[in-house]
Amino acid sequence: MSGQRALPLYRDQTPEVRERFDRLKSRDVILQVKNLTKRFGDTVALKDICFSTHRREFLCIVGPSGCGKSTLARILAGLEKQNEGDVLLEGTPVKGPGRDRGMVFQGYTLFPWLTVKKNVMFGLTVNQAGRLEAEREALQWLQLIGLEKFAGAYPHQLSGGMKQRVAIARALANQPRILLMDEPFGALDAQTRSRMQAHLLEIWRKIDITIIFITHDLDEAIFLADRILVLKPHPGEVQELIEVPVPRPRSPGQFQSDEFLATKARLEELIHSAPHAEAEEDYPLMMTRLTQVGDDVE
Amino acid sequence: MIRDKRLLTALSFVLPLLAWSAVSYLPFLWHPQMLIADAGSVDYFQPGMRIDRATFAEEAKQARAEGRAEPAGRPANPIYLPAPHEVAGAFYTAFTTRPETRDGVWLHQSLWHSVQVIFWGFVISSAAGVPLGILCGSSRLAGRTCEPFIEFFRYLPAPAFGALAVAILGIYDGPKIAIIVIGTFFQQVLIIANTTRKLDYALVEAAQTLGTKGGKLLSKVVIPGILPDLYRDQRILLGWAWTYLIVAELIGTTTGITWFITQQARYQHFANVFAAIFIIGMVGLGTDLLLALLGRRLFPWDRATEKAG
Repeated sequence: MSGQRALPLYRDQTPEVRERFDRLKSRDVILQVKNLTKRFGDTVALKDICFSTHRREFLCIVGPSGCGKSTLARILAGLEKQNEGDVLLEGTPVKGPGRDRGMVFQGYTLFPWLTVKKNVMFGLTVNQAGRLEAEREALQWLQLIGLEKFAGAYPHQLSGGMKQRVAIARALANQPRILLMDEPFGALDAQTRSRMQAHLLEIWRKIDITIIFITHDLDEAIFLADRILVLKPHPGEVQELIEVPVPRPRSPGQFQSDEFLATKARLEELIHSAPHAEAEEDYPLMMTRLTQVGDDVE
Repeated sequence: MIRDKRLLTALSFVLPLLAWSAVSYLPFLWHPQMLIADAGSVDYFQPGMRIDRATFAEEAKQARAEGRAEPAGRPANPIYLPAPHEVAGAFYTAFTTRPETRDGVWLHQSLWHSVQVIFWGFVISSAAGVPLGILCGSSRLAGRTCEPFIEFFRYLPAPAFGALAVAILGIYDGPKIAIIVIGTFFQQVLIIANTTRKLDYALVEAAQTLGTKGGKLLSKVVIPGILPDLYRDQRILLGWAWTYLIVAELIGTTTGITWFITQQARYQHFANVFAAIFIIGMVGLGTDLLLALLGRRLFPWDRATEKAG
């Protein structure tokens, strides 16, 4: 990319950034993952994963496909059981899914039979909140995500970005301790995606929430995260936990900043050094030539 | 686009009608018989009798050769294929003239009786089949326990249980309803179990991460999630219930529209038979269209029904 420029070390932090990390680490640990191992039959999907997040931290988990990052998110959510190790939420082991861990999936999982408002109310009403109270709260959440005008619309009438905003509001309305996001913007186009990222940071800044965000998009991870957990595949193991030296508040202008590029260079180095997923490369090209010899375009 | 669609719909009814009219009104199409107007000198001919064309020609030739009076007649179709206008006439008279026999019932009375049999058969089948289907679809344990037997049972032809049903339930409406239940229920459980399994599991997981557990997953997620598809399944199953009707009504004492049809066929009033058969079709299609319309009202979020409309 900007090959000529001498990049600072990604570990170099300005005093302000260092101070921010000190503050972050002084907060309570909210989620702790200890020696987590997950096997599917004979394949080890995740091996000995250890990390912890502090209250109000924004943690991104990146890694090449096949590193088990979605499996990790599902285990944290309680949708999947680990074979060994513990997931502790504020010291208590996680057993199965629960409202203390909200989740936003890559696929759109809004309930199609409920209006936007009722989708946001869903968690509150199944957990015995009063109807009026739930309604009031839902409307406030819709205001926060800027979709109060769509309260009465059905999910199929919304665009992909709007659906994910409602999904975020639905998860947050339940007042979880942490919000798990499994490639939530993966299906969105580039523009909507960057708007959603800014939007998510805005929400995160306003409320007391810890976010664990799974992505394979390195720019997205650097733009959003306080720290980035890098996994390597076969088996999925923690490779490094990077503290992102890019100061906050973040803006798209920082994509070309030295800290940003240095972090990205390091991430690329880590991810490309990892053994490749067995597919792709190993197959020789067997395609017949579709153009005539000498009919070169370059 | 919409005009095209309506045109095609109309065409799908008009084309068979045209074919039927052609066979009925164009004397050179088929018409394998002669309807005798004047017997002439042939002693076994009678006016109004239908006779094979070849026989008619033979007799006419012979009469001509012997100088006797020739029989006269016009080409006709067999009695079992009435012309459209005759069936249309039968429609009218079936509702306006008294039944010919003393114990005869009006067409609409027969039909009403049939509708009741279908209704109760379908309600009883659904009352058990829908919950069991949802249970089988949502619980692996229930599915594995129930489905193999149901799968086996569904291959047993419902009419085979006719004699048994009469022995147990008597000769009136009981066994008829039972046949419709047997014919519908087993398919219903399997179809609905399958529909339940097709629900996007991510919705269930999303609900779980929102703190939904146990029975609430069923009542708040699974059931509302499959409802439009369930409704569509029920519409299709109702159609199947109709197809079991005629066999069911032949069991024990013949009743309902089947009684009307067999009775009219016995008198060779085939126009009435056709009218009755068409009425079954109309009632069936009418109900289905009505239910489809209702479905669009009931499930405004459902994209499949939206498209179908």
